[in-house]
Amino acid sequence: MPKVEIIKERTPMPHQDAKIRAHNFEEVALGFTEEMALAEAKRCMQCKNRACVKGCPVEVAIPEFIALILEKDYRGALKKIKETNVLPAICGRVCPQETQCEQYCTLGKIKDSKPVGIGRLERFVADWDLVNPEEISPEDAYCEDVDDDRLKVAIIGGGPAGLTCAGELANLGYSVTIFEAFHKTGGVLVYGIPEFRLPKDIVKKEIDKLKECGVKIEVNSVIGQILDIEDLRKMGFKAFFIGVGAGLPVFLKIPGTELNGVLSANEYLTRVNLMKAYDPEYDTMVDQGKNVAVFGGGNVAMDSARTALRLGAEKVMIIYRRSEKEIPARREEYEHAVEEGVEFHFLRNPTKIIGDDEGFVKAIEVLKMELGEPDASGRRRPIAQPRTEYIIDVDLCIMAIGAKANPLLTKKTKNLKLNKWDYIEVNEKGQSVSIPDVFAGGDIVTGSATVISAMGAGKKAAASIHEYLLNIY
Amino acid sequence: MGTKIVSKTFLNPNKTVFEMVVEAPLVAKKAKGGNFVILRIDETGERIPLTVADYDKEKGTITMVIMAVGKSTTQISKLEPGDEILDFIGPLGNKAHIKKFEHPVVFVGGGVGIAPCYPQAKEMKEEGNHVIAILSARTKNLLFWEDKFREFCDEVFITTDDGSLGMKGFGVDKLKQLMLEKPLSQVIAIGPMIMMKFVALLTNGKKDLPLIPTIVSLNTLMVDGTGMCGGCRFQTMHGETKFACVDGPDVDGHDVDFDNLLKRNTRFVRVEKIRLEKYNEECRAINKFCEEKEIEG
Ligand SMILES: Cc1cc2nc3c(=O)[nH]c(=O)nc-3n(C[C@H](O)[C@H](O)[C@H](O)COP(=O)(O)OP(=O)(O)OC[C@H]3O[C@@H](n4cnc5c(N)ncnc54)[C@H](O)[C@@H]3O)c2cc1C
Ligand SMILES: Cc1cc2nc3c(=O)[nH]c(=O)nc-3n(C[C@H](O)[C@H](O)[C@H](O)COP(=O)(O)OP(=O)(O)OC[C@H]3O[C@@H](n4cnc5c(N)ncnc54)[C@H](O)[C@@H]3O)c2cc1C
Ligand code: SF4
Ligand code: SF4
Ligand code: FES
Repeated sequence: MPKVEIIKERTPMPHQDAKIRAHNFEEVALGFTEEMALAEAKRCMQCKNRACVKGCPVEVAIPEFIALILEKDYRGALKKIKETNVLPAICGRVCPQETQCEQYCTLGKIKDSKPVGIGRLERFVADWDLVNPEEISPEDAYCEDVDDDRLKVAIIGGGPAGLTCAGELANLGYSVTIFEAFHKTGGVLVYGIPEFRLPKDIVKKEIDKLKECGVKIEVNSVIGQILDIEDLRKMGFKAFFIGVGAGLPVFLKIPGTELNGVLSANEYLTRVNLMKAYDPEYDTMVDQGKNVAVFGGGNVAMDSARTALRLGAEKVMIIYRRSEKEIPARREEYEHAVEEGVEFHFLRNPTKIIGDDEGFVKAIEVLKMELGEPDASGRRRPIAQPRTEYIIDVDLCIMAIGAKANPLLTKKTKNLKLNKWDYIEVNEKGQSVSIPDVFAGGDIVTGSATVISAMGAGKKAAASIHEYLLNIY
Repeated sequence: MGTKIVSKTFLNPNKTVFEMVVEAPLVAKKAKGGNFVILRIDETGERIPLTVADYDKEKGTITMVIMAVGKSTTQISKLEPGDEILDFIGPLGNKAHIKKFEHPVVFVGGGVGIAPCYPQAKEMKEEGNHVIAILSARTKNLLFWEDKFREFCDEVFITTDDGSLGMKGFGVDKLKQLMLEKPLSQVIAIGPMIMMKFVALLTNGKKDLPLIPTIVSLNTLMVDGTGMCGGCRFQTMHGETKFACVDGPDVDGHDVDFDNLLKRNTRFVRVEKIRLEKYNEECRAINKFCEEKEIEG
């Protein structure tokens, strides 16, 4: 066996300078050049036990695609990834790799050594394909026989779960229609995650590819309002996949949340990302803050804070009730936020939002916290320190403290069994436990999770829908 | 592929209030009084909520009555039949609660709020109710659709602030007269926030007048209209937070904290003014350019 050379250091990712990028919406991480990708690919030890693969929710064939990069067969590498992950340009950018594939990488277990940059390599291959697209001859396009006898499947919600399910089913030869509430498909990928982290062009290209495979997309269709599942059944749809996400904003239950200048991260990010409020050519407005407080410590909080900086805020604070160690955000996003100048106020809990006479926010009151015993989530519980309140002047407050299931569709669907938090109950196949032709996946089943887990759920449901329809027709 | 405009009719000489009919067969099939739609004129447009003022299931059309108050509504007032609106989403919100009541049902429509009363009033009539409509506006020129209401309502009253048509005064004044005259089962008030506030104060049973259940239609600022952003939230008198787009827009008028809502709707006032001025400036520049071309050519 040839002795493997251990290269402990990761190939650094080039970034836009922190001072400059904090004021523009262009992508922060610039992506590997070919040399960088080859250097990073060389670090992979091609482990027999494929430890990394176990950490990936969709089990991307990691050592295999990395080996193909080393052979400079980028097309082959892409095909390898796409066997299990249809949106690599997106996952390569937004997967929390440090808790998934890269956490299990053998190289990362060696003292002082860092895991292989799997996400970065995945992104490199996908981006390479975007500049060197494959010429598809009409015979190769996978749904060439568009006859109307094909069984029709409806996908409700065009986020990562729905898009993946649609792609898989189109590949299997079904006639697939996505119904999306917004005027654009992509879910959180287009309205939540900002341009500087995930350029919307990339999402659009992935969606265009689905359309090329014959997936029909009906935007502006709020299912539960314009049509319900019963209507769709009458229109000839034989199976349904619900992937409507967890889009209900949560507001802190403290005085002052009704003030102008207090908004949910959902609203703030939607105005900026989907409606492009940062661009003066667009009509949608967004609240301008000079001193901004963001409540929360996850990806959503980081995205809101970094967006506020880019919209011209002078001071942006993240107020989080636990310590740095507990923040649920991706490590990289946290580090980027620090570099860009976001202030972190750990172990603080807001208790009150204070307004002026005209109903606009002027300050917040926060309370100091200390960490106690671990709670049900395994994290140490923050405990309030009485009489430690103090005031901070702010003119904009963004709530990024989580999301819940939006009941708009689920409550209107008769007999659909929900759990006590209003998420859809499904069996291990992703099939509703109460309505056999209804399948579901993504955040509306699990609660807020990740892009790749939503995709995994969409893929699994597609296989189950196929099996279900084969049994019946 | 957008939504086609079938007709546009100005309802006042100043051309600030207009009726617009669009082709939206799927929306028309489901729409009922109480529902609203959201439209986006073009790629750079914002999402603007508008109440369904009429629907025709056979023709597949939706009618809206719009008042040009800012940039987007001014821009849409300039579109012509045959033009397309890029995005049209609906029906959103809950339909009105229609049932047979013992005593008369009174609609109080103020300004553009007259229009959304129309489908609900008609549905109430079809259900066998005695329907009274109070249509009010600042002045005669801003009052519209009187004939449409007269076609089916049992009683129609007109009020104008300046007395140029019908009774001089506010819709609330007329409502008070009616309350003193006879028992009423239900009041539905749609119009400016301040008007709805005063109607709710009149009917809440706290003065020497009877308590009458009162529905108001909330026009808070919105983005998605599906319960996702929380921008449309309002406080109830019990301190609860609700969302106008999914819990309404028609809600119990006695349970709304109007003072808070009035403040919430001023959120973007300053930015909006600048935006409208910029748009009007651009329109003027284009007009001037065209005029000059014509003179030359
Ligand atoms: C700001 C933010 C940052 C994030 N960052 C990361 C990250 O870095 N990495 C990561 O892995 N994950 C991240 N996440 C989480 C991740 O985006 C979600 O877990 C994932 O998008 C869930 O996918 P989904 O398909 O289940 O739902 P969604 O992406 O929420 O999509 C649901 C879609 O359904 C549509 N819809 C809803 N109701 C209806 C209806 N009635 N009819 C028709 N359509 C409907 C919605 O408009 C939406 O398009 C982030 C989330 C947010 C909000
Ligand atoms: C559920 C709902 C139903 C509505 N139905 C109708 C309708 O049938 N006909 C109609 O003409 N308008 C209706 N509106 C109001 C309409 O949406 C706004 O007038 C429009 O969005 C203003 O856009 P703009 O760019 O022209 O004006 P902006 O520049 O955004 O605003 C100009 C002025 O109008 C005020 N304004 C802005 N948005 C609203 C709002 N949502 N409600 C009240 N005032 C507002 C602003 O405070 C400002 O003073 C409705 C609103 C809601 C939420
Ligand atoms: S999809 Fe995500 S978890 Fe899986 S290999 Fe790629 S980056 Fe890692
Ligand atoms: S565990 Fe790490 S080193 Fe081993 S095959 Fe996977 S990526 Fe390569
Ligand atoms: S408009 Fe967004 S929640 Fe009501």
